[in-house]
Amino acid sequence: MNLRPDPTFHPTAKMAMQAPVETLAFTLLLSPDGSQPDGLAVVDVDPASTTYGQIVHSLFMPNKGDEFHHFGWNACSSALSPLTGHAFLERRYLIIPGIRSSRIYVVDVKDPLNAKIHKIIEPEELFAKTGYSRPHTIHCGPEGIYVSTLGGGGKDGTDGPPGIFIMDCETFEILGRYEMDRGAQDKHYDFWWNLPRDYMVSSEWGLPPQFENGIVPEDLLSNKYGHSIHFWDLRARKVTKTIDLGANHQMALEIRPAHDPVKEYGFCGVVVDTTNLQGAIFTWWRDENGEWQAKKTITIDPVPADADDLPDLLKGFGAVPALVTDIDLSLDDKYLYVACWGQGEMHQYDVSDPMNPVLAGKVSIGGIVNKTPHPNGKSFGYGPQMVEISRDGKRVYWTNSLYSTWDDQFYPGDRGAAMVCADVGENGGLTLNKDFWVDFPAGYRSHQIRLEGGDCSTDSFCYPNV
Amino acid sequence: MSDPTTVTALWWAVIFSGLYHGVNPGMGWPLAVSAALMERRPVALPAALVALAGGHFLAMTAILLPFSMMATLAIWERELRIGAGLLVLVMGLFLLVYRRHPRFLARVPPGRLALWSFLAAMAHGAGLMLVPIYLGLCGDPATLDAGHQAAGTLMAGNIRAALLVAVVHTAAMSLAGGAIAVGVYFWLGLRFLSRSWFNLDVLWASSLVIVGCIGVATALL
Repeated sequence: MNLRPDPTFHPTAKMAMQAPVETLAFTLLLSPDGSQPDGLAVVDVDPASTTYGQIVHSLFMPNKGDEFHHFGWNACSSALSPLTGHAFLERRYLIIPGIRSSRIYVVDVKDPLNAKIHKIIEPEELFAKTGYSRPHTIHCGPEGIYVSTLGGGGKDGTDGPPGIFIMDCETFEILGRYEMDRGAQDKHYDFWWNLPRDYMVSSEWGLPPQFENGIVPEDLLSNKYGHSIHFWDLRARKVTKTIDLGANHQMALEIRPAHDPVKEYGFCGVVVDTTNLQGAIFTWWRDENGEWQAKKTITIDPVPADADDLPDLLKGFGAVPALVTDIDLSLDDKYLYVACWGQGEMHQYDVSDPMNPVLAGKVSIGGIVNKTPHPNGKSFGYGPQMVEISRDGKRVYWTNSLYSTWDDQFYPGDRGAAMVCADVGENGGLTLNKDFWVDFPAGYRSHQIRLEGGDCSTDSFCYPNV
Repeated sequence: MSDPTTVTALWWAVIFSGLYHGVNPGMGWPLAVSAALMERRPVALPAALVALAGGHFLAMTAILLPFSMMATLAIWERELRIGAGLLVLVMGLFLLVYRRHPRFLARVPPGRLALWSFLAAMAHGAGLMLVPIYLGLCGDPATLDAGHQAAGTLMAGNIRAALLVAVVHTAAMSLAGGAIAVGVYFWLGLRFLSRSWFNLDVLWASSLVIVGCIGVATALL
């Protein structure tokens, strides 16, 4: 408990943009075959530092086979919510779930160069207290830390639907399930909310048998992955509306609401449309009658390719799909970044008008067919994947691994971990920074990035920009 | 005990505790700022303040009224004041030791400001802080001529006094909270919120302990 609010908590997104820039990034390391323990890398992102672009500290876990994926903070700007009335938490701990092991690590990064494990929640405790497995997205909300899961109970996680559970934000005790009425929700992936407007939106990937051992082509072609988004009454804990984006829109993943809570809209990325191999972004919004709506506002076409250049999975299609695997929205709600993991591109859309996004910038790097190298000449394996934007919106960082078994299907062979940075132009546009390149330890892949002091996919703001 | 100076001091204590509750962000003024900003119209600010005041007033009366009933047992006046003082003292000690925050407040929907204000005041013992002060006023012949009146009249007088204490306290609270909310909304901006927000937990709990001690001590004198 602090005497004053943590200086990294900001009432509005605009104020967060004006805060001092990040000097460190936290990047998850995963051992794709489970032969080494997963870890947390602390990366120097201060251009003035002599160790710029280097891993300055790594913390490896005491277990193997966790498969690190997404992670988040114990506290963020949501602590300034006028409803909680208690703003004195510290942004100090990273909550890191193992998506494969269902184990959860709480890592103390108060002194980032001496990051250490604070607590480990064993999978058995999670199973017993929630009936959920495969924890994933972390957000700080009413009553504590919310964690989404991808699996239900049982060995393969299909005994009951997956959902969200709540952890105490001080003791990290698992408090129990969130849902009171989940409606049609039977799969899970991401979620986020608008705290003052009291709603939450959640999305769907697939059940554990559909992803743990790799993508199941028959399930994809018969449209069995998730394709709905759910709108919740956040504090009443019930689904008020489910919108089916259409069964062909397979894998509705990241949910990115506008950061300014006055705005009642946001975005959701869809990996692939099975009718035409397009990647897509939907804009969802609340209309003048208070009803939730969603509409496809961005499509990204597949690119024809020679079967010889394609992995077995795609040979029959003669084209490489964009594979929209991650999206992220800048804090000013102006630019939406879209990772096209299959084609090896990072797109920047101007979404000032959320119903009419305009492509403002683009960077090519990696890709199934193109394999575009980094401007420094080094080869970038896989494609742009987990993307994180600096608070001021001027730098965009990303890594290249999607999920161990899926990496191997789309990009056979081990292609190495990467983390790069691109600079955003004054009026949009995106250019790779040729001086920023992180060397990762051998045998590891890189996943989500968190920036010191918060970033564009962690903090929830409770007051409008003024 | 019942000289005019003491009575004046007790009324000032009612007002002071109101101002103290009002400036504490935990009692709700940031909600008034947020309401006006979210609705994009300044009039939402006083509307939110009224709802917050309503909830706070209810919480005060919910605590004070049972004591006003008991205060009719004038013969037990001293024991009652000692008991009330101890109760406040224990609540303060509890809040000092048990430093966790009530989670159920986070379940209240943002639109239910009066309910939120009521629960916030109850959970933090805001009403209890007034009890020793109120009982001090009840023991005062100038407030009501205790001992020389029929029980019914005495009770009516006590209830009137309880309501008056709650009204004065809530008015002081709304004035203080309202002044800060208006200041932040029109001039100071939200930066003031994160800069000025101090952790009052220990101070608040200590206030309860001190008020409880004073309550017990004055009853024993």
